[in-house]
Amino acid sequence: MEITIFIILLPLLSFVFLGLAGKWLSHRAAGLFGTAVLGVVTILSYYTAYTYFTAPRLADGTFATLVPYNFQWLPLFLGAMKFNLGVLLDPISVMMLIVISTVSLMVHIYSFGYMHGERGFQRYYAFLSLFTMSMLGLVVATNIFQMYLFWELVGVSSYLLIGFYFTKAPAVAASKKAFIVTRFADLGFLIGILIYGFYVGTFDFVGPNTSAAVGGAKMIPLALGLMFIGGAGKSAMFPLHIWLPDAMEGPTPVSALIHAATMVVAGVYLVARMFPLFIAFAPNVLHIVAYVAAFTAFYAAAVAIAQTDIKRVLAFSTISQIGFMLVALGVCTSVEPEAGGLGYMAAMFHLFTHAMFKACLFLCAGCIIEQVHSNEMEMMGGMRKYMPITHIAFLFSCLAISGIPPFSGFFSKDEILSACFAFNPIMGWIMTAIAAMTAFYMFRLYYGIFWGKENIEHHTAHKPHEAPATMTIPLIILSVITFFFGWTVSFGHFISPNGKSFDSHLETSVAITSVVIAVLSILIARTMYRNEKQVLADSLQKRFKGLWTAAHHRFYIDEVYQFVTHRIIFGCVSRPIAWFDRHVVDGFFNFLAWSTNALSYQIRGFQSGEIQQYTYVFLIGTLLLILLLIL
Amino acid sequence: MISIICYLIVSTIMLCAGIYGFFTRHNLLAMLISVELMLNATDINFAVFNRLLYPNGQEGYFFALFSIAISAAETAIAIAIMINIYRNIRSIQVDKINKMKW
Amino acid sequence: MEITIQTVVFLFLALFITLTSVLTVTTQRIVRSATYLLFTLFATAGIYFLLGYTFLGSVQMIVYAGGIMVLYVFSILLTSGRSDNVERIKNSRMFAVLAAVLGGAAILLFIYSKYQFLQVGDNKVTEVTIQSLGTNLMSSNKYGYLLPFEAISVFLLACIVGGIVIAQKEEDKK
Repeated sequence: MEITIFIILLPLLSFVFLGLAGKWLSHRAAGLFGTAVLGVVTILSYYTAYTYFTAPRLADGTFATLVPYNFQWLPLFLGAMKFNLGVLLDPISVMMLIVISTVSLMVHIYSFGYMHGERGFQRYYAFLSLFTMSMLGLVVATNIFQMYLFWELVGVSSYLLIGFYFTKAPAVAASKKAFIVTRFADLGFLIGILIYGFYVGTFDFVGPNTSAAVGGAKMIPLALGLMFIGGAGKSAMFPLHIWLPDAMEGPTPVSALIHAATMVVAGVYLVARMFPLFIAFAPNVLHIVAYVAAFTAFYAAAVAIAQTDIKRVLAFSTISQIGFMLVALGVCTSVEPEAGGLGYMAAMFHLFTHAMFKACLFLCAGCIIEQVHSNEMEMMGGMRKYMPITHIAFLFSCLAISGIPPFSGFFSKDEILSACFAFNPIMGWIMTAIAAMTAFYMFRLYYGIFWGKENIEHHTAHKPHEAPATMTIPLIILSVITFFFGWTVSFGHFISPNGKSFDSHLETSVAITSVVIAVLSILIARTMYRNEKQVLADSLQKRFKGLWTAAHHRFYIDEVYQFVTHRIIFGCVSRPIAWFDRHVVDGFFNFLAWSTNALSYQIRGFQSGEIQQYTYVFLIGTLLLILLLIL
Repeated sequence: MISIICYLIVSTIMLCAGIYGFFTRHNLLAMLISVELMLNATDINFAVFNRLLYPNGQEGYFFALFSIAISAAETAIAIAIMINIYRNIRSIQVDKINKMKW
Repeated sequence: MEITIQTVVFLFLALFITLTSVLTVTTQRIVRSATYLLFTLFATAGIYFLLGYTFLGSVQMIVYAGGIMVLYVFSILLTSGRSDNVERIKNSRMFAVLAAVLGGAAILLFIYSKYQFLQVGDNKVTEVTIQSLGTNLMSSNKYGYLLPFEAISVFLLACIVGGIVIAQKEEDKK
């Protein structure tokens, strides 16, 4: 397993090489280099996963937790506390390795076509490598501090990639917004880490039965709650979700990689990583996570229904789906999968499937946007005729996200709903309703793009056609994974809350209910949006005009933020401080400068350089001295 | 017998004229001429003090003599410098000599 | 007060010095200025003769009037530019200078009037012989001036060398 270190080092090398030498490389060479390195990383990840999961289990039926590397980086307090850097392999980190490397490889290949001819192509690949490195380092972190380190690196590379088109003002604003909001949330994370480190005495992930954990039991709930704030920031939970829709200003493959499949699930991964501690010491915090996530899921789904920008729809759908995952984690009550621990496995399962089909959706959206040169749905319509492969891939992913068998999303969502029903039937029904909304808005999107009213004027001007092979191949691969993964892989064998293998089985009643509701939603969407004339949709939109407008404006959350930051924080706190700084502090120094200047101006005649003036002064002085002597 | 005060008044007038010229002229040569006037005034004083106050000694006499020699040397050097300046900036006006930096 | 020939000569010289020295510094033209200086120097030599210091007066005439004035005239001819004639100074400066000068003169006159000069010399012109001068200049006894004499000679040599070095053309610089 020592080979795992290369999984992190290779993208880093690629980043350094492309970043430093990219200027002298052709686009093709830089892209090929980055993709080749990522290919090697993917192969290494698959090899790691294969050897890890085929290795014999331990006596208690769990997979061994391997730590092939753990360097001491910073000893603190005479070595009483250490920051280590290393590689930790356990079922969820190995699964994340697969997710990240697969999606990243797909995005690398896809970007070859999508970013063709863009300025800064080499820079783009360098940033992709940096991001992949940080994300991989995050998931294999051996301790919470290393996780934090790479967490911030992920934030930085996300910032760089959102702001890739740095000449566009919205992209710059979006990158700053993303960075600031997540940094703000990370403050909570950092405080949580420090509390954890102080009371538990180590930054390592400790089991709930160790003496260290028991020693810090009192403060662990607080620490975990604060850590979840950081996770909520990265995973775009309400009310810290505002950066994600704006982050769509970045290149679409970046949205697929970072803002759909990998980075945004870092929060989910964080909660999963701390799961044993959550269950043992802070079940209430875990349930708060569930409520926040459920509200977010509902809110995002409601907003997604009213968006017209297809990337925004996908962004809100992502927020909603991450909400599903965190709900699944949050409703867990024990580590036994049969008794209240199902959600853990369901969340990880959904993370995996969602990464695949959401990446696929984003990549499809990228293909479409490249053809119609717009994000707006009304510029599309009837695209199925022009882009058959994209159409099929998009349809598969939509079916998956809506939870239609046999697509992978059905299985993972079913597990989530089962977990919710096991926790509380009300929660189960709420999540089922949100799942129905998901199906509705996804098919609204699908029909809006591929069927519906065709924008003939626009399409005749720029005749859309199918994307090149570099772009369609990733779509095909991801759709195939989406299609087969759910019923060919028994996820519970690999990942379960207590580490032991268990057979997940479909809960028939839940499955039937959810499928029926999903199909109904799809049918409603079909009647509303499939035809050229969308009578029902228009009349509904007119009937609930206020609601629609509010949802379209994302329920004015951004405006609330604007109000809070500008009016309250800037106006009431920052402005007086700025006034004080400008007038009192600066004024004092300005006065010093001014008085020095004025004085110098007055006495600068002393240094005129005129010999006669000097001698005149000398003469006067002599005369005065003489006067002094004779008087 | 002519009072010493009379001699001193003459030399004072000469000295004051020299000082006045030194401050009011811009031409370096004119300034030098003024300096010569001042030197002459002191020479007269040396000679007069020697002659009228201490007629047995010769200190004032020799001071005047050496003073003449020194002023001759000083004038020669000063004029050499002025010619050098004139060669460089085509002027010996004192307010134009401000390029000593290079 | 009897009017002797000495008094008349002194009065004439005093008036002449006053006039020419003032004209030296007030005339606008530098050549005239030099000429008035020459007259002043001659009159000064006259004062020395009047005091009986004939050798000193001769030196004054030879060195100043003969040597230095030639230097002045040549350098004036070498350096006179167009702008040299026009010298305007500000009134404020003129007043400041005048005030200082007149103030200084007043102080000096005040001192003269206060100080009790013990005038022992008489108006009898007693020649200082060249012999005694030479002996004193070259001797190293109590009244000897050998050391200043040698110092002055070295000083003059240094000035000759310095003058040559300063005034010579620097070919290689341009």
